[in-house]
Amino acid sequence: MEHYDAIVVGTGHGGAQAALALRQNGFTGSIAMVGRDKEPPYERPPLSKEYLAREKEFERILIRPAKFWEDKQIDLLLESEVVVIDAQAKIISLHDGRMLEYSELIWAAGGSPRKLTCSGAELAGVHAVRDKSDVDAIICQLDNGARRAVVIGGGYIGLEAAAVLRKLGCDVVLLEALDRVLARVAGEELSRFFENEHRRQGVDLRLGALVDCIEGDGSRVTGVKLADGEVIACDIVIVGIGIVPAVGVLVDAGANAPNGVAVDEFCRSSLPHVHAIGDLALHANSFAEGAMIRLESVQNANDMANTAARDICGNPVPYEATPWFWSNQYDLKLQTVGLSVGHDQTVLRGDPATRSFSVIYLKAGKVVALDCVNAMKDYVQGRKLVEARAEVAPELLRNADHQLKHCV
Amino acid sequence: MIKLSVTTRDGESSEISVEEGLTLMEAIRDNGFDQLLALCGGCCSCATCHVHVDPAFAEKLRPISDDEDDLLESSDHRDGASRLSCQIRLDASHDGIKVRIAEED
Repeated sequence: MEHYDAIVVGTGHGGAQAALALRQNGFTGSIAMVGRDKEPPYERPPLSKEYLAREKEFERILIRPAKFWEDKQIDLLLESEVVVIDAQAKIISLHDGRMLEYSELIWAAGGSPRKLTCSGAELAGVHAVRDKSDVDAIICQLDNGARRAVVIGGGYIGLEAAAVLRKLGCDVVLLEALDRVLARVAGEELSRFFENEHRRQGVDLRLGALVDCIEGDGSRVTGVKLADGEVIACDIVIVGIGIVPAVGVLVDAGANAPNGVAVDEFCRSSLPHVHAIGDLALHANSFAEGAMIRLESVQNANDMANTAARDICGNPVPYEATPWFWSNQYDLKLQTVGLSVGHDQTVLRGDPATRSFSVIYLKAGKVVALDCVNAMKDYVQGRKLVEARAEVAPELLRNADHQLKHCV
Repeated sequence: MIKLSVTTRDGESSEISVEEGLTLMEAIRDNGFDQLLALCGGCCSCATCHVHVDPAFAEKLRPISDDEDDLLESSDHRDGASRLSCQIRLDASHDGIKVRIAEED
């Protein structure tokens, strides 16, 4: 049986960085990266932005060129899915029956797009946005004349896709089940701003819109039926309603995985010699007052990869990275630092009508997060406030003429 | 093709040949240098592609935008030669340019 000193499962940002960081930290053993995708590691954020808009071709979103992995002696086992882990014997089995032995395993498999549970969800023309192949299918359909789009889900993926589709000249209806977009991740001020912006850009944005089913002609989607009976005719449906963390195999292997894989501050799972990182890693985050959370972001995937690699290389450093995130829609550049979950107060800094402003989130008087729209200075300076858990008077934060760096 | 000299954090320099039209970040990232993270992929949303550029080429670079300036301000290692490499699109005038990957923040 083939043996690798380290096997990284997943070829997203976390997996790629884990393999790379192992080498950077002096790991000289053999490394394999196993992934379902047929492509070498590539960036995911552009999939719903520049790649969908065809402003960037695929080669430019590769995390590293294919040759890089070869040069670093990292074997890429692509189009391969892990179906069983034997944590005692330290063996993984792949979908095609191959078995690989490991000394260290880093589980960075991410998640699968959450699917609609209603009828019609499997019709042709219904897409997720997670992998290159998802977006290639959307592009192909647009090339074939699809112009009427329904986007289900008002999270970042849905909003970014809607923005690109508008730019490409599609009619776009966006359906959000809750009473505001971005409800899970941002405060109301930000939600309302983005709702207005999308409507201004011509998106038919509907809140509290519940999907009854997807209608089709037997094979292809023809419309989306709402709970109130209305049918929205369309050629293409994009579903962005979150992910289901890819943890089934680890659960079967006996890992503690209530909602994602529980990991300690070094990204160690409850199984020996198995680290878990990225979207699926349930960890105590100091920016959420130590609450056990999962973070779906490039930052988290990358920094956890470094944490796991250091631990494996004998230099454990606890995971304490500052959360940050970005989203580009139209000409709007949103940047987030910190975690707003659990905030008890928001301060609006600047006027949304000027398209440059920030929402500052406080908890018990301390700055816990900022959402900055076209406000880079606030983002950069606000990071320091978040990291210091600074206690700042709201009047001071509200005054856009007073730089945040002078608030510490 | 134009030539670049890239110095890593360990002080090792090497010369690479790259196509015009790429950004400086892409040129470095795609030529085996693992220290340049470029986490946001080049959309000027982070500062993980920070480099120091040979001042002799300063005039040939696109001026620093407000966003780039603010992001560079977040680095403890900014100096007069600091740039975000994703914001520099390479053309023939950059042939022979020398850059050093900035210290990690």
